[in-house]
Amino acid sequence: MMRGQVRRVLRNCGVIDPCDIRHAVARGGYAGLERARGMDPAARLTELERSGLRGRGGAGFPVARKWKTCADTPSDTRYVVCNADEGDPGAFMNRSLLEGDPHSVLEGMAIAGLTVGAAEGIIYCRAEYPLALARLRLAIGKAEEAGLLGPDALGPGRPFHIRVKEGAGAFVCGEETALLASIEGRRGTPRPRPPFPAVSGLWGRPTTINNVETLASAALIFRNDAAWFAEYGTAKSKGTKTFALVGNVKRPGLVEVPLGTTLRQMIFDIGGGVAGDHRFKAVQTGGPSGGCLPEGSLDIPVDYESLQAAGTIMGSGGVVVMDERTCMVDFARYFLDFAVDESCGKCGPCRLGTHQLLRILEDITQGRGTEADIELLEELGRTVARGSLCGLGTSAPNPVLSTLRYFRDEYVAHVRSRRCPAHACRDYISYEIDESECTGCTVCSGLCPVQGISGVRKGAHSIDSAVCIRCGVCSNSCNFGAVHTVDRAQPQDATT
Amino acid sequence: MSDERIRTVRVTLDGQTIEAAASATVLDVALANGVFIPHLCHHPDLRPAGACRLCFVDVDGRMVTACNAPVVEGATIRTNTDAVKTTVRGAVELLLVNHHRGAVDCEEGDACELRKIARFIGIDEVRLARFRRPEPAPPVDTSNPFFEYDPGICVLCGICVRTCDEVVGVSAIDFVRRGVHTTIGSAPGAKWMDSDCVSCGECVVRCPTGSLSMRDSEVPEREVRTTCTYCGCGCGIHLGVTGGRIVSARGVRENPSNEGRLCVKGRFGYGFVNAPDRLKKPLIRRDGVLVEASWDEALDLVAAKFTEHRGDAFAAIASAKLTNEENYVLQKFVRAVQGTNNVDHCARLCHSPTVAGLVQSLGSGAMTGTTKDLGDSRCILAIGTNTTAAHPIVALQVVRAVHQGGKLIVINPREVDLARHADLVLRNRAGSDVALLMGMMRVIVDEGLHDPAYIAARCDGFDEFRESLARFDAATVEELTGVPFAQVAAAARMYATNGPASILYAMGITQHTHGTDNVLAVSNLALLTGNVGRTSGGVNPLRGQSNVQGACDMGALPNVFPGYQRVDRPEVREKFERAWGARLDDMPGLTHLEILGGVTGGRIRAIYLVGENPALSEADANHARHAMEEVDFLVVQDIFLTESAEYADVVLPAATFAEKDGTFTNTERRVQRVRRAIDPVGDSRTDLWITSEIARRMGAAGFDHASAADVMDEIASLTPIYGGVTHERIEGSGIQWPCPDSSHAGTRTLHTERFPTASGRARFFALAYRAPDEEPDAEFPLVLTTERSLYHYHTSTMTRRVPGLEQLRGEELVEMHPRDAAALRVSSGDQVRVTSRRGEVVARALVTEVSPPGTISMTFHFHEAPTNVLTNAAFDPVAKIPETKVCAVRVEAVR
Ligand SMILES: Cc1cc2nc3c(=O)[nH]c(=O)nc-3n(C[C@H](O)[C@H](O)[C@H](O)COP(=O)(O)O)c2cc1C
Ligand code: SF4
Ligand code: SF4
Ligand code: FES
Repeated sequence: MMRGQVRRVLRNCGVIDPCDIRHAVARGGYAGLERARGMDPAARLTELERSGLRGRGGAGFPVARKWKTCADTPSDTRYVVCNADEGDPGAFMNRSLLEGDPHSVLEGMAIAGLTVGAAEGIIYCRAEYPLALARLRLAIGKAEEAGLLGPDALGPGRPFHIRVKEGAGAFVCGEETALLASIEGRRGTPRPRPPFPAVSGLWGRPTTINNVETLASAALIFRNDAAWFAEYGTAKSKGTKTFALVGNVKRPGLVEVPLGTTLRQMIFDIGGGVAGDHRFKAVQTGGPSGGCLPEGSLDIPVDYESLQAAGTIMGSGGVVVMDERTCMVDFARYFLDFAVDESCGKCGPCRLGTHQLLRILEDITQGRGTEADIELLEELGRTVARGSLCGLGTSAPNPVLSTLRYFRDEYVAHVRSRRCPAHACRDYISYEIDESECTGCTVCSGLCPVQGISGVRKGAHSIDSAVCIRCGVCSNSCNFGAVHTVDRAQPQDATT
Repeated sequence: MSDERIRTVRVTLDGQTIEAAASATVLDVALANGVFIPHLCHHPDLRPAGACRLCFVDVDGRMVTACNAPVVEGATIRTNTDAVKTTVRGAVELLLVNHHRGAVDCEEGDACELRKIARFIGIDEVRLARFRRPEPAPPVDTSNPFFEYDPGICVLCGICVRTCDEVVGVSAIDFVRRGVHTTIGSAPGAKWMDSDCVSCGECVVRCPTGSLSMRDSEVPEREVRTTCTYCGCGCGIHLGVTGGRIVSARGVRENPSNEGRLCVKGRFGYGFVNAPDRLKKPLIRRDGVLVEASWDEALDLVAAKFTEHRGDAFAAIASAKLTNEENYVLQKFVRAVQGTNNVDHCARLCHSPTVAGLVQSLGSGAMTGTTKDLGDSRCILAIGTNTTAAHPIVALQVVRAVHQGGKLIVINPREVDLARHADLVLRNRAGSDVALLMGMMRVIVDEGLHDPAYIAARCDGFDEFRESLARFDAATVEELTGVPFAQVAAAARMYATNGPASILYAMGITQHTHGTDNVLAVSNLALLTGNVGRTSGGVNPLRGQSNVQGACDMGALPNVFPGYQRVDRPEVREKFERAWGARLDDMPGLTHLEILGGVTGGRIRAIYLVGENPALSEADANHARHAMEEVDFLVVQDIFLTESAEYADVVLPAATFAEKDGTFTNTERRVQRVRRAIDPVGDSRTDLWITSEIARRMGAAGFDHASAADVMDEIASLTPIYGGVTHERIEGSGIQWPCPDSSHAGTRTLHTERFPTASGRARFFALAYRAPDEEPDAEFPLVLTTERSLYHYHTSTMTRRVPGLEQLRGEELVEMHPRDAAALRVSSGDQVRVTSRRGEVVARALVTEVSPPGTISMTFHFHEAPTNVLTNAAFDPVAKIPETKVCAVRVEAVR
């Protein structure tokens, strides 16, 4: 599993006792802060700029630019906020880091405070991460005791305090302006930018907001140096990045690789390829609003620009591997359902557009779609992607648009031929028992929730397709592989 | 302002080169240059929301929303690229499909901005037919008496939500639920009125779709611009008229006092004008009952009786609801025809200490600043004012100041609504304001936070004042006020270090036996920090009624002629004698309480009571009722048969503000036009006509003005502070006095150069603490303080005739702290009897922590529970104001 990985951000995870600050310090913890304290303000920004560090929370914005804007905006007060909301279902990179090495994040925040001129940091962390919250609170206490945070953290008389704010739970609260509203005690919905938080953020003050991993990486850059950090990566995407490799791979888990590693390396070399005797079909990157890439795109390097050009995103680093059993229309429907649930409702294109997309995808997966709907999906997808207020909306159509781009024939099969090539959409399939394979064990007939299977013990069974609700219990429970999924004979078609 | 030039940039907009302010947004610039960009969630009063996503433009190749995009030098802006057009069309189509009334046949017509936009882009029904239909919308919310919310046509632009937050400061409503289920409201499953909504309707008037709409709204035949008759905020309104009826009201955006904003009374409270029980005929008491009479009969009787009662046996009570012209003519009648200075009005009961105090310290008893400038204060100290209820439009400026980062200090025994915006809330014992303010000043002086240069240059009396601070050490202040001294010190520092700082105060300061001391303490504080004479700083007494400032200005006071010219000054008297052609009394007359009190000893024999209701409003109201019963001859001139009119010998039916021409002067000294919208209802007449007619029937000269404008010319000729005021000049934005001559533009901030005192300097006053007249004891263990409700006005003769207001607040409530309620075993809704040394009242209890322990609170709006039978008529020795803010009472449950 370690082959191809470069553990930098995760170097301490599982190695040190995260509750003991001495462990962190022994492995170089807070040395970056000390070095940063010894540099003049301009030098700090130059160091950061030379490292090429870009935000790890999704958008990949250059960190040095963000910090400089914040530092340059006149104000009596500035804030540093750590985005530890990690709302992507299935993502756990930030959680692992917070639980395994909380001091690296605190150190990064203190360096940010030093660089932008803030005395207060706030970590906005999901309430669903109780262990991470506990470890953070403990770590803050210990760091204050040690004088690494607190009244003289940034130099004599230059305080830096950190407090933890528990998140409100909604996915959109991870979006930076919604997150700030939530900290202020308002409804967590995004607002338009400009003004950007670096100019007018928390309570209207310049605010630097960065992802957990971004801050931990900043600490590493100051502990070592910019050149060390930039050893890895591509021309525009430097350093290493953590990914949560999940789905149907042999070795799922948290991985850290240099940016620019190809998807193929990640999935096959590190993840061991597709599990079971299934075929690779597609990979989704970037979490619930990421796009889907086919086999033919596996050799593109994982960096911000390449992924975007291919129709997907880096996001916070989710990588989901799918095999031939996944229907790409149903896949899109599933993630639009998530978007519809999570749309905050503030802006029209996202609120109404994602809902239209979902309704149309439902129709297509349930036998009611038309060819015109495919164009409507594309058109609506573009409206939502271009028109929405925040990243949730602008990225929500990715699952539809990317599958339309790479797997359009599956859509066409659903609406034109009324079949689901992956045999995943219930309305397009039937179950049949192959008499020659059936042993008459009666397992399936006992489990069928609607008593749709008849047959005597030791005799071949059969399914009454008029009764069958296509739950798939029989197929999953048959020990002999005798239940087959087939295209459902379509009654006369009203639309074509 | 003059030398700081507005920075401009040049941009290209659809090929046209345009110069624009650098602070403008692309949308501002486009709209100002006649280029329409569709927009639904933009409103000039509000911060951008970026919610509707219709205002897309292309700026240098990037598609951005115009409402929050700043213009940058050299930018090329295009409103019609393909990407812009398709995206906007897509967004509009989505809104239309979800607009339950349909796109094209919506009954809102052109009032609906969405429909206008749809027409602008051109909508293709075939394209719309491709979309999935929306789920049924939730039902219309009809919980508010004045307006309703239809989620089915709401586009969720959020203008209402932002209005309530940014403009009103109430934040009653928000987006509720998420995604496609989002609606506007207070909480999931809750009704609109389960929120903190104050029914101002500011959201309704801004709603672009008609999703929020007025109930019973009628499009008026015509509109008349005038000034609201309710409080001293003095808002400009367009009264809508159909036939002879007032059917609507709308804020005047160009009016500098309210900039279009209104409160619930100002927007919805004019039903009283056409109420069926308006007085329409004169009434004369015959055999003990009031019966209808002709004007001739009534006026001849009044003229005859008034002739009989000339001199000091006569007294008139004028009204803060009358116009300036009417008050002027009334006091002229009292002085020139009746030969007495016995004229006073309800300012005695609210702000007489302001006039008495501030005239001594600053030379002028009015707000030193301007309402709008309050919003630019860096610190506002609001003491003894429940601003959101009593001066709702001034409160909007407090909210604006807070939104701009200004500090807010609220000092009040009760946790008034403003406290929610405050940085510091000091809840002192009722009546302990001198101690609290002097404690603050001591901190300021001890810590050197005062302004010695200003004091040396502009003030007298500092040393003596400074010595008097010695009495207010931390322990004493803490004991007297009940406020931890650390809080007092924090307030002192906050006030002294954030300038310009404004002090707002109202009756919590004045209605005390030491009201004048309170006022002097306030002016000491403002002078100490050099805040008087600064824009957005100063001392700002908030005047209660629509024309209470004007009634004072017009000399409806026993000691001064119009413009605060003292009756005991020979040169002044001579001027008026010459002008009015009569000999004038040089002795100040009796005050409000003294007039009613004078009846008992036989000193006062006839009273001319105009537009006032002492049976409910006077402290120790039983005593006032008794006086009105006893006096030989009582004339009541009013729009309704009030509780006081029941005692009258003659009742004269007057016209309302909607039926007359004239002027009101609001709390910020702005003289504004009142315009006749309809003819007087029934046989009622304007007060100007009635008083003049009485005078004429008594053979007096000088009462035959052709119009109210004519009266104003006479006022201007005799009143230096109104010297340049004419009806013609105040047509537009009014004029703030002092305005000495016709070339003067009026005065936004008082005392910028010198004070209108003999020396030109202000004066500090040494002060000592004095306790309220009546303090709780074993028999009467609780303090009663009085307040006002937002939904009613004065004795509510007008507001209770508006069913919606009655629905929002229909009865007296005795507010008490849970601890007191528990001791009495009383819960909210229980009937309680409140007893003082003077009377008793029964009303329902409301248990709330807004009241401090040991202090209960009631309004004086409800005749069923006339609170003022309880209050104490003990008065301030200087200003003669009764102590309606503190008296001792006992409460018991009625079982
Ligand atoms: C819907 C939505 C959810 C987001 N959730 C997260 C999140 O959970 N964690 C995170 O770091 N950034 C999240 N972001 C990105 C943030 O808005 C922001 O770009 C990020 O915190 C900036 O930090 P970085 O520059 O270090 O990446 C989200 C964005 C959107 C639009
Ligand atoms: S009610 Fe009106 S103002 Fe409020 S969100 Fe809906 S459309 Fe906008
Ligand atoms: S009526 Fe006024 S208080 Fe009520 S919701 Fe609308 S803006 Fe807010
Ligand atoms: S007006 Fe700009 S997004 Fe609504």
